[in-house]
Formats: sequence, C-alpha cells, structure tokens
Amino acid sequence: MMAHRPGLFARGSAWVVALYLLLPISIIIPVSMTDQRFLSLPKEGLSLQHYATVLGSPEWLASIWQSFLIAVVATGIAVAAGTLCAIGCWRVASRSTNLVRALMLLPIIIPSIVYAVGLYRYFAGLDLLDRFMGVAIAHGVTGIPYVVITVSTALAAFDPRLEQAARGMGASLSQTLRWVILPRIAPGILSGAIFAFIHSWDELVIVLFIASRDVFTLPRRIWDGINENLDPAMAAVAVLLVVFTTGLLLLDRALRRRRDG
Amino acid sequence: MMRRQDLGWWLLILPAFLLMTAFYVAPIAQVLAISFTEPSPGLSNYERLFTSESVQRVILTTLRICILTTALSLLLGYVLSYRIALANPSAQRWWILAVLVPLWISVLVRAFAWVTLLRRQGLVNETLMGAGLITEPLQLVWNEFGIVVGMVHYMVPYAVLPMLASMREIDPRLLAAARGLGASRITIFAKIFLPLSLPGLLAAGVLVFIFSLGFYITPALLGGGKTLMVAEWIGLQILDLLRWGLGTMMATVLVVAILVTLAIFSRLVDMKRVFGGGGA
Repeated sequence: MMAHRPGLFARGSAWVVALYLLLPISIIIPVSMTDQRFLSLPKEGLSLQHYATVLGSPEWLASIWQSFLIAVVATGIAVAAGTLCAIGCWRVASRSTNLVRALMLLPIIIPSIVYAVGLYRYFAGLDLLDRFMGVAIAHGVTGIPYVVITVSTALAAFDPRLEQAARGMGASLSQTLRWVILPRIAPGILSGAIFAFIHSWDELVIVLFIASRDVFTLPRRIWDGINENLDPAMAAVAVLLVVFTTGLLLLDRALRRRRDG
Repeated sequence: MMRRQDLGWWLLILPAFLLMTAFYVAPIAQVLAISFTEPSPGLSNYERLFTSESVQRVILTTLRICILTTALSLLLGYVLSYRIALANPSAQRWWILAVLVPLWISVLVRAFAWVTLLRRQGLVNETLMGAGLITEPLQLVWNEFGIVVGMVHYMVPYAVLPMLASMREIDPRLLAAARGLGASRITIFAKIFLPLSLPGLLAAGVLVFIFSLGFYITPALLGGGKTLMVAEWIGLQILDLLRWGLGTMMATVLVVAILVTLAIFSRLVDMKRVFGGGGA
C-alpha cells in the first residue's frame, strides 16, 4: 500500500511557512558582513570589520563572559535540584508528587514579567539586586522545569525493577542513585543541562528588573543596542549567538542519536 | 499518605522544593499581596479595571493581539505540521530541525532581524522602493502589524510541537486505506485527518494563547512604545512610574487569566499534550 503523502498545495504552503521561519533569521548573516557603516546589505564587498569591532570591544567581551559564568552556575543549580526532584517524583509517584511536578512547571506557565516584578522587590530585601548570585539563583530556579521535563522523559524509559533489584541486594539509596539510576539517565540530564544553559544565556526580562550596572549580561547589552543604536555590530553579535545556540542544539541531537541508536 | 520507605526519596525532592518555594513562589506571592495593600489596603487597584479607560485599553489591545497571533500561529503551524507528519522519516528530521532551530534562537535576535527587515530604511522597504512598487516607505514596524509579525514568528514552533505529536498518533494505514478506496485528498483531510488532529490543535491553541498573553520582549521591541500590551505596561508602571499597586494588580490579573484558561481547557484537552513536548 502506498503511504499517503501531502499534495502539491500542502507542500508549497509548508515551504512558505518554513521560509517565513528561517529567512528573517538568515538575513542577519549578510547584514553582519556589510561593508557599510549602517545596517544594510553588503554593497561593494564583504567585510568582517563588525565582527572585529565586537570581538575587540571590552564591553561586549565582558558581557559575554559574565553571561557565560551566570549560565554555568544557574545550570548547576537547575541540574542538581531538577534531577533529584525528577527522580524522587518518579520513584514515589503519588498524588502529592504530581502536585510537586506541577509546581516545578510554574516558571514555564507564569510569564517572566510577573516573576521579575516580584523578584525586584524580594531581592531588594535580601540585598541581592544587581548581584551575580542573585541573577544566577533566579536563572537556576527558572531553569528547573527544563531539567525536570527531560529527566522525567528519560526516567519513563528506565525499568524500575533495576532499582528494586539494586535495593534488594542491599545497595543504599545513594549507591543506587550513583551506580544504577544516574548512569542510565545521563543523556536526559545532559539534555536538560543544555536547555537550562540556553535558558539562562538568553534570559532578559528578569535581568532587566534585578540587574542594572554591575551585572550587565549579553542579552541586556543587545537590548540596549536595539533600542539605542542599530549598527551592523549588532548583526555580528546576533550571528555569533545563532551559531552558538545552533551548535548546542546539534550537540543535543547528536547525544540523543547516540542514546537512541 | 507518606510511606516510611519513601522518606529517602522525598528527601531528593526537598532541595528543589525549598528553592522553588523560597525563590519562586515567595516573590510571586508578594506580587499578589502588594496588589491588595499598596497604595492603601483594599480593592482600590482592582476598581481601576472598571473605571480606568487606559487599563481597559491595554487589556483589549492585548486580547486582540493575542487572539490574532494565536489564530495565525495555528494556521501556519498546522500547515507545517501536516507536511512534517506526512513526510518520510529522513525528510522529517530536517523539517523538525527547521522548527527547532528558530524555537531555541534568542528572542532578541529574532526581534532584531525583524527590525532590520521592516523598519523605514529596512530591507523590505528598500527592495519595494527599488523595484518601483511603492514611492513612500510602508509603516511595517513599531505598530501592531510589526508586533503580530514578530509574535507569530515566535509562536509557530510552539504551535507545531503539540500538533505534530497528535498528528503522529494518526495511523497512516487509515489514510492509505481511504486513498485506496477512492477518497480524494480533500475528503481524506476533512473527514479523517482534521478530526483526528483536533486535540493537538486545541492544545497548541491553549499554549500559544497563554504564552502570548504575558509576552514582553517582542511586543516591546516591535511595538515601539506606542502599542502597549500588558507585560510592557506592567514594566512601565513599576520601573518608570513606580506605581506598584497598579502594576502588581495587572500582574495578578495576568496570572489569574492564564490559570483560568488552563483550568477551562484542562477539561477539554490532556495537559500533557500542552507541556509534554517542550524539550523533544
């Protein structure tokens, strides 16, 4: 029997939608290599001057480095808390763990503007405004859902009898975790880590409220750039970001393929 | 009830639970509290919902943009999911990548790309003028049009994921059998495919709508400060006007609107469909 394939109209319109998704993002590549001094397509030839501007600017480099450090710490928090929580919920599996899991999903459901406003006031009391640790904690907590989702998915494919066997043979809880459960779900944890990292790396709304001068992350600098001076250096930064994110995603895909294949 | 042997496993949940309570739930609870206590205790902030024209205008603008965004995202997302669901497995991988890459690319980068394209001296206007199709640049961004273009661009991948998941559950033999029995493409689509994919369509609609309601960055960058949606309006009240009572009132309304939408639709759709596909 022949498989049912989409018709000409369906194929054509799907291509149009795909172009709508991808074309605007790709347009920044030629714009970033323009030889002009304003935002435009290259006229006479290609030039890498705007990349040189960005990579030679202490401000941009400082923001990139700061965003990276914050994302590393935030990912650590999210992965540690999220993984343990997903394992606990998976093993106990009761009505109350369903509630816990719903609680962990809140940061995806509630708009970050609401959290950011609340945090602005809350952190003022704790003296965490405009502090590295403040931003790292906020990004870590809001990164937990990504880890809980990916680790729960990995656990769904894990045979619970393995855990029971280990416990039955006298392994303690921490031994079971260390030697039986964690190695089997490592790819899921890594996926979660990648998503938690991208989440922190890209996050802007919270940063706009709880950081001002000492903490000036990359998204914050881009935001100011778009609002104040639209120059081709912005396009160069955008391209570098796209390359970085796509690289992380391809890494995640490669890991998944290794696990599945 | 908690069983004794589960105690150790509950301890694993504890760190996440404490972090979440201390650093997520507490700040949000504070937002709710402030909306009832500042500037004076009582419901005065909520009275504004019925008396203030500017508050009502912001809510109506937000609803209008969100409904339009949801409808367009569902339409475009459906077209894409249909193509992906019926493609052969190797083509499917590429199509899915085309959806996932935009999903994970920074929202700032995407808004920047749209500004580059749509502004007065942007690439679209320059191309159209160069071709002699228009004499005056079109007003494509820093208005509602720009917001919708940017928001739909952001939301289409979110619409695709739940729809694709539900389309994949459709047995391909059903479609092939209908074809073998002489049904036309349109009949197969209208009588078999569309009804079976409705749960995914509904789940995608809920997801896109609640994400759109509280969207901050894209409307702020592409709206140019003239068309205000609730998220930007809240930011303005808190950061620029220091009207904490009004800002937190709107934040509370936003959260309630989202939770009510979820509660209504959780009776109609399986919420796992809405949030299950996030990372996959």
